[in-house]
Formats: sequence, structure tokens, C-alpha cells
Amino acid sequence: MLGDKIATRDSYGNALVELGKEHDNLVVLDADLAEATKTVKFRNAFPDRHIDCGIAEANMMGIAAGMSTAGFVPFASSFAMFAAGRAFEQVRNAIGYPKLNVKIGATHAGISVGEDGATHQCNEDIALMRAIPGMVVINPADDVEARAAVKAAFEYYGPCYLRFGRLAVPTINDEATYKFEIGKGVELRKGTDLTIIATGLPVSESLEAAKMLEADGISAQVINIHTIKPLDKDIVIEAAKSTGRIFTVEEHSIIGGLGSAVSECVAENHPAKVTRIGVKDVFGESGPAKELLKKYELDAEGIYKQIKASL
Amino acid sequence: MNKLELQKKAVEVRKGIVTGVHSAKAGHPGGSLSAADIFTYLYFEEMNIDPANPKDENRDRFVLSKGHTAPGLYSVLANRGYFPVEDLKTLRHTGSYLQGHPDMKHIPGVDMSSGSLGQGLSTAVGMALAAKMSGKDYRTYCLCGDGEIQEGQIWEAAMFAGHRKLDNLVVIVDNNNLQIDGSVADVCSPYPIDEKFKAFNFHVININGNDFDEIDKAFAEAKATKGMPTAIIAKTLKGKDVSFMENQASWHGKAPNDEEYAIAMEDLRKVGDALC
Repeated sequence: MLGDKIATRDSYGNALVELGKEHDNLVVLDADLAEATKTVKFRNAFPDRHIDCGIAEANMMGIAAGMSTAGFVPFASSFAMFAAGRAFEQVRNAIGYPKLNVKIGATHAGISVGEDGATHQCNEDIALMRAIPGMVVINPADDVEARAAVKAAFEYYGPCYLRFGRLAVPTINDEATYKFEIGKGVELRKGTDLTIIATGLPVSESLEAAKMLEADGISAQVINIHTIKPLDKDIVIEAAKSTGRIFTVEEHSIIGGLGSAVSECVAENHPAKVTRIGVKDVFGESGPAKELLKKYELDAEGIYKQIKASL
Repeated sequence: MNKLELQKKAVEVRKGIVTGVHSAKAGHPGGSLSAADIFTYLYFEEMNIDPANPKDENRDRFVLSKGHTAPGLYSVLANRGYFPVEDLKTLRHTGSYLQGHPDMKHIPGVDMSSGSLGQGLSTAVGMALAAKMSGKDYRTYCLCGDGEIQEGQIWEAAMFAGHRKLDNLVVIVDNNNLQIDGSVADVCSPYPIDEKFKAFNFHVININGNDFDEIDKAFAEAKATKGMPTAIIAKTLKGKDVSFMENQASWHGKAPNDEEYAIAMEDLRKVGDALC
């Protein structure tokens, strides 16, 4: 329901269970993190179709690749750090290059991992994954979108990277009316002075920031880009034309992620000033997720302050 | 096929290897030649395959984990009828479907893209697991290099295969003892290879990988082995049957020039003639 707080990793686990009921060829692979990635829900429902590879992510990606050649649709699950980071080359060469039908479910993305600290806070996964030719990269913002994204990824044939978070986030999309389409951005709020283009966890925070800007007499459009690749160029170019001032917001390094994708699109098609709000080329640190989001200015207040400072 | 027919076929496979690498002016002849008898046995005797139907879902699978020896795989596939032998001369040429490393998307008969060392065995394990889970009786074969098993991922895959008792999986280690920088024993020794696979719960068979009698016995034993995967440690001669390439690490990744190519083909002609 709207407003309910659910972590998108839970949405991932729940969506897998729902899809698993309908599709016998869906299998889930884990690397000893089923409890954390929430694929434990799938394991409990379909133990014969859950494959725990042990703490060996590189091998897990290869097994997923091999299984996909035999008609299974594997969801290989781990933390973003290990799925996109440690196993990058396996994902590139064993899944991406042969364009195999493997889905990578990466949870615990970004600094909202919290207390585990920098070694486990992956702020580079979008950059890594979107550089692989043909890889679809999806970073859903809430429970409704995350479950829809898992379903869409299953129905899409080809490699797909799905990015989920550990921290519970408010539901901003209405399930009754929400339509998810890979590669299609969603305008969540109309505005005329500037455009906030956000992805993942900070989408709801960006909506709050837009309200704060409104109180100052600034009309901010908010666009949710759940699919970073392929990017919805039309909606980005239209924003560059209509407001002419873009702020990107992501729980990811400002290098290589949404900010880069939007900047490239705008620079090539309709130059407009873009300010990238995200993790500013630094490693994270330990602390409660909410405190870190505040410290790294990725909560509503931080986003609002950064936008005001740039205007 | 009887032993003599296999031996003759292996000569043709070796000719295809040196022809491809010579034409490419680059590539890996040494490890392709060492494994040529294993390639030949797999594709002409062991595997349940049909070149006319390379995507048959019930076919046996082969993964060339040591993907740089693609000239060996391509030559055996061409000789088996998956594509014209003449095409081997396009190896590594711009625009050719015969890529420097196996490419499943464009080469008929290639079951898995490979070449980044250490990764192929995991994909083979995935195929073997898929057979078990879907109740299919196809078997999966994976050829690794003895240098390649220095990669840690090989042992991740081996641990999983042993744990899951994948008796439909056969790993062959082409133990020619040489890698780019020298002897595998000197660079970073993987020995004892057999004991390592045993420790990962494999049934292990040591053979001379250039002797068809021993190869034949080993694959029969692998097929009869239940409850665990099999690893065949095949002692081979790098560069086998090309006089100046035999047991030379320097011929790991180098193409023969025109003069050397002529000598190599003459060497192989003599090996073939001796079989008649």
C-alpha cells in the first residue's frame, strides 16, 4: 500500500515466490546469502529449485550461465558488491558476451547497507554493469516497482541486472494503476523550473525535496528512471528542453551511474546544465543507514540543500 | 570408430589446427595439438551429437574451458561436419565467425563461449546440474588446461560438482605440463592434480591423453561411475606430432610462418602415412 515501508530486497524475494508458482523453469541461485537477499522465501517455497553455491560468486555466475543454455531462467543473487564487483568478469564474459538469459539480483546496493561499512557498500555497480554491451540495468524505487521489475526481467529474454536495497523505503507507486516498462521513465511530479531525475532509494526522498523546493517557490519536476540502461532518452531530452536544468540523484557514485548516463544523453542531444547528486567519489563507512544517507546528503534535506546551493 | 580410424582422424584435426593458426598468423597451436586426440575421441566416438542439429536439447555438451585452444575445437567441429573445413583458414580474420576464442552465438557446435581461463568449468557444471534438475540424460564434458587450474574458480566449480554428485560431468585436464611462462611445475605447481580432484570428491583417472586405448577406457570408466563426477588427468605432449613444436612452451601462442607451416604439414603427412 502507498506509504508502507518495505525494503526492495523483500520485494525481490516475494516476487520470485509469485513467479516461481507459475514458471517451473525459474531457478534461484545464492552464494550463502539467502537470508539477506530474501531469496530464502523462494528457498522455503521451492527448495528443489533453489541452488546454494556457497561463498563462491564467480562460480555461481558460471553455473547460472550454463543452466540458462539448457532452458532455465536463473536469478543469481548476492550483494551488489559481489555480484557486480567480484564477479564482474564472469558476468561480462560468461553471461553478457553470449547474451544469456540470466538475471542478476543484486541486493544491499549503496551506502544504505549501513553498519557493514565501505567493503560492503557498492557504489560502483551501475557503472560496471551498464558498460557491458546488451546488459539491462534496473534500479527500482519501491516495493511496487521492484516486484514489477522482477516480473518484467523474467519476461525479457537476455541478461538483466536488478539492483535492490537493504533499507525499507516508502511505497510511492499505486499498484492498482502502476505500469512498469523496461526502459521507460516515469514522471512522478510536474514542474517548470528544474527537473530532478532520480533512481532507486532516493526517488521518494527526491519527491520530498521537491515539496520543500515548492515551499520556496521553486517548481521541480521529478522523474523516476528505474531503467538506467536502456535509458529513456526521450523523457530526459524533453526535460532538458522544458526546464533546462537537471539534477540527477542516485545512491551510487556520481561517476558512471545515472548522473553519467543522463549527462551523456543531454550533452549529445540537448545541452543543459546537469548537477550530479550521489556518492561523491568516496568510499562509504559504517553507521545506521539513515544517518549515512543524511551525512552523504541523499535524504530529502540533503537533496534539497544541494539543489538550492546550485541554483 | 576403431583405433586406426581415430588416429587418422586426429591427423586431419591436427592439420586443421596448424592450417588455421598459420592462416590467422596468431593463435595457440601447442595446447590444441596436445589435446587433439581428446577432441577427436569426444566428437567422433564419445559424445551423443548430431552436426545437422547442433542445438538438440538432448545432445551431450562440451565446454572448452581452455578456450585459447579454439583451433583444436574448430578443427574437430569442421572435420565432424558442423561447418566447412575450408573455413578454418578464416580463423581470427576480421569478419569471420571463427573468433579467437569459442563463440557460441556464431559457431555451429560450440555449446559455450569461453576463453577467460577458469570460467568454463562453472558453466559446464551449470549444464550438468540443469540435466539433473530437468531429468535429461545428456552428459557434459569440459576440457581444462593444467595451467588453467591455477585459477581459483576451477576449484569453486569442482567443490560444487563434487558436493552435488554430478556423475553426468567429466572434466578432462590436458596435462601437457607447459604454460606461457614455462613448466607448470616451475611457474606455480598445480601438482598433484589427481589428489586435488580426489579431495573435491571426484572419481579420478590418470591416463596418457595421446593414447586412444587409454582414452577409450577412461571415458567408459567415467560413464560407469555413479554418484560422483569424474576427472580424467590426461598426460599429453604439447605440440604433438609437429616436430619443432613438441614440448616447447614457446609454441603455446605463436603461429608458424610459411616455411614452418610447410614443415608442420609434412610432419603430419608422415604421421598419417605411417598409419596406412
